[in-house]
Amino acid sequence: MDAHVAQLQMQYRNYILSLYQQGFLDDQFTELKSLQDDGTPDFVAEVLSLFFDDCVKLVGNMARALDQTGTVDFSQVGANVHQLKGSSSSVGAKRVKGLCINFKELCEAKNYEGCVRCLQQVDIEYKTLKAKLQDMFNLEKQIVQAGGIVPQVDIN
Amino acid sequence: MMEVCNCIEPQWPADELLMKYQYISDFFIAVAYFSIPLELIYFVKKSAVFPYRWVLVQFGAFIVLCGATHLINLWTFTTHSRTVALVMTTAKVLTAVVSCATALMLVHIIPDLLSVKTRELFLKNKAAELDREMGLIRTQEETGRHVRMLTHEIRSTLDRHTILKTTLVELGRTLALEECALWMPTRTGLELQLSYTLRQQHPVEYTVPIQLPVINQVFGTSRAVKISPNSPVARLRPVSGKYLLGEVVAVRVPLLHLSNFQINDWPELSTKRYALMVLMLPSDSARQWHVHELELVEVVADQVAVALSHAAILEESMRARDLLMEQNVALDIARREAETAIRARNDFLAVMNHEMRTPMHAIIALSSLLQETELTPEQRLMVETVLKSSSLLATLMNDVLDLSRLEDGSLQLELGTFNLHTLFREVLNLIKPIAVVKKLPITLNLAPDLPEFVVGDEKRLMQIILNIVGNAVKFSKQGSISVTALVTKSDNRAPPDFFVVPTGSHFYLRVKVKDLGAGINPQDIPKLFTKFAQTQSLATRSSGGSGLGLAISKRFVNLMEGNIWIESEGVGKGCTAIFDVKLGISNESKQSGIPKVPANPQHVNFAGLKVLVMDENGVSRMVTKGLLVHLGCEVTTVSSSEECLRVVSHEHRVVFMDVCTPGVENYQIALRIHEKFTKRHQRPLLVALTGNTDKSTKERCMSFGLDGVLLKPVSLDNMRNVLSDLLEHRVLYEAM
Repeated sequence: MDAHVAQLQMQYRNYILSLYQQGFLDDQFTELKSLQDDGTPDFVAEVLSLFFDDCVKLVGNMARALDQTGTVDFSQVGANVHQLKGSSSSVGAKRVKGLCINFKELCEAKNYEGCVRCLQQVDIEYKTLKAKLQDMFNLEKQIVQAGGIVPQVDIN
Repeated sequence: MMEVCNCIEPQWPADELLMKYQYISDFFIAVAYFSIPLELIYFVKKSAVFPYRWVLVQFGAFIVLCGATHLINLWTFTTHSRTVALVMTTAKVLTAVVSCATALMLVHIIPDLLSVKTRELFLKNKAAELDREMGLIRTQEETGRHVRMLTHEIRSTLDRHTILKTTLVELGRTLALEECALWMPTRTGLELQLSYTLRQQHPVEYTVPIQLPVINQVFGTSRAVKISPNSPVARLRPVSGKYLLGEVVAVRVPLLHLSNFQINDWPELSTKRYALMVLMLPSDSARQWHVHELELVEVVADQVAVALSHAAILEESMRARDLLMEQNVALDIARREAETAIRARNDFLAVMNHEMRTPMHAIIALSSLLQETELTPEQRLMVETVLKSSSLLATLMNDVLDLSRLEDGSLQLELGTFNLHTLFREVLNLIKPIAVVKKLPITLNLAPDLPEFVVGDEKRLMQIILNIVGNAVKFSKQGSISVTALVTKSDNRAPPDFFVVPTGSHFYLRVKVKDLGAGINPQDIPKLFTKFAQTQSLATRSSGGSGLGLAISKRFVNLMEGNIWIESEGVGKGCTAIFDVKLGISNESKQSGIPKVPANPQHVNFAGLKVLVMDENGVSRMVTKGLLVHLGCEVTTVSSSEECLRVVSHEHRVVFMDVCTPGVENYQIALRIHEKFTKRHQRPLLVALTGNTDKSTKERCMSFGLDGVLLKPVSLDNMRNVLSDLLEHRVLYEAM
């Protein structure tokens, strides 16, 4: 039993580390995790689900804004990008945040093609992240079910 | 037609000789008459300046005609035709006309010509006069040149002797003098002594009294004065049969002193000392003193005066400089000796100190050990006495070494940051045992505005306080002792020669130790701080002590740029010792000794702190809320500025507002909150959460009245620090 837990924990640790190394997550995510304690056991999950809902909404808005044949309201797109950037930086979604920064520049440059392309990338990126984090949560659940505790992963 | 001429002349044969002569004369006259105009024309043509050409023409015509007349006359000696007679008549008539005209003309011309002559004479006179004046000017110019050269010679040297000698020589040469002499006043000022002469090589010491009338006359004016060759000052050479002594002139030479040259004040000729310069023209020369020569002499005299004063000044300054150099050398030697002495003493002290400490150490250590063993009561008493005496001796040695180092300035403060409050408590803890034994309650009052962490010499400050409080305890038999520490401001009482000026990062700590013990006679107060002096009136002679304590304390206090004094109303009325020292305020609030160990690390200070979070972005809002909840705050969240304004109340201590979204509306809310809460202590603190903390953002935040700025995303530590800083400042505000 312990060996299983240890193995799971090892798996979990490696997974987390890989997420950081691949640039999916950054220090802010660590902060987020540190805010979770016995008083708020599902804090991270709640925040993340809120984040992904936000993503869906914002990406939808942007797609609609960019879809307009004729004049494209870049300021509208920009505002949405700004929101997404804020959200992603709050949760530590590093790649998404990076894309948002590029996206913002493209919006300011009113580069239609670029914007469309960037939006697609954002779409892909957040979905990927969502999947990965889902896996992470599953691992956590497994560990807890196996009777172990989810280890704190020290990134440094 | 031949007419009979009415000429009287007979035929040629009668009076032939006469005829011949007449004939010849007429011819010559004619020739002469013809040549004169020719000559005239020739010479006039040669000369450029002849004004009367018309007259010349007239004259020429007149002469020519006369000549013609005479020429024609030649023909009339013989029988001649009528034509000739006609011609003759014409000529004669013409001649008459012209001659009359000329005669008339001459009446006008001749006065003119005469005046020309007078003008010429006048001009000649003028020329002669100018020549004379030229001569004069040239002489003057030469004189001037001589003066300049003389002055140059005189002023080119700063040696008094050379100056005077040169003067005489040059004057003698310029003016071609027979003798030139200089009389200087003697030291007494009552006589004039012949100091320099031109011709005679060292004359006999020859003096004349200064009060002679002729001398007074010369001294009374700055001009050169002609004096009699027979006056005593002028009789320099044996008068050896000179027929006529040359004229003598004397002039005064002011001898100026350094003190005459005031700034902006031309040397006043209220100087009393003059020298006399006597100049003699050569005898038998009938030369006279000209005005310009006298002027030259006066000018020279002045120049000599100036040159002499310069020489005098130079002498003075040379003398002063030599004196200074001597003094310098002496001082240098003295200083070196003093240094050697100090070094020797320090070495001695250090060595002796070390030498003394080693046995001391042994005594104290072994006595302590001995105390631990089994002893009889008498033995114990003895060992205790030994211990007490040896620790006293050790203290004494330390004091002496300290004091000597303090005195020659080689002691330096060891600055460091320390906790002032703790220091006072420690001192009290050290003194308490003794005070308790003597039944003297001690109280400590620390002013609320006393900084906790300060920069200074902890050890020495403790020494001072310990000394003062120790004295208070030592010399009190009953009563209480109070120790007060406060930050002193300039209006508090202080000794009149000491001004307290708090500077930026420093403050003055004032410590008052008041006791109700023996008190001190006010007359003895000044002696308190002198070394080794103890007032005999103190009953507790047995309390020991070397009397160095206060002296050392005073020196430490002085090193800390402070002052120490004692006030007492008299014997038996207790006394108060007060000292001020300058300490630095430490910037770091977390220092040394006692680390702050909060009971629950996450909830330090923030338990139940009501905060409001305003953020449009749901995710950010949630994260920020999570942060603050983690820190123990009670968090309310709003998602718009209107909602924020509705919800915010005086219960909320802090409002976090997101100002990321572009637009100024976010900042407006800060202003609206300011408006809502007019009383400062009711208003919640406003903190902006923003994506960039560059200067412009910070400035903007400040201008809208925000109390702080945080960079998103916020870390836990960051938030904790900011909150505690903010709340600290708020606390300080309330205290005011």
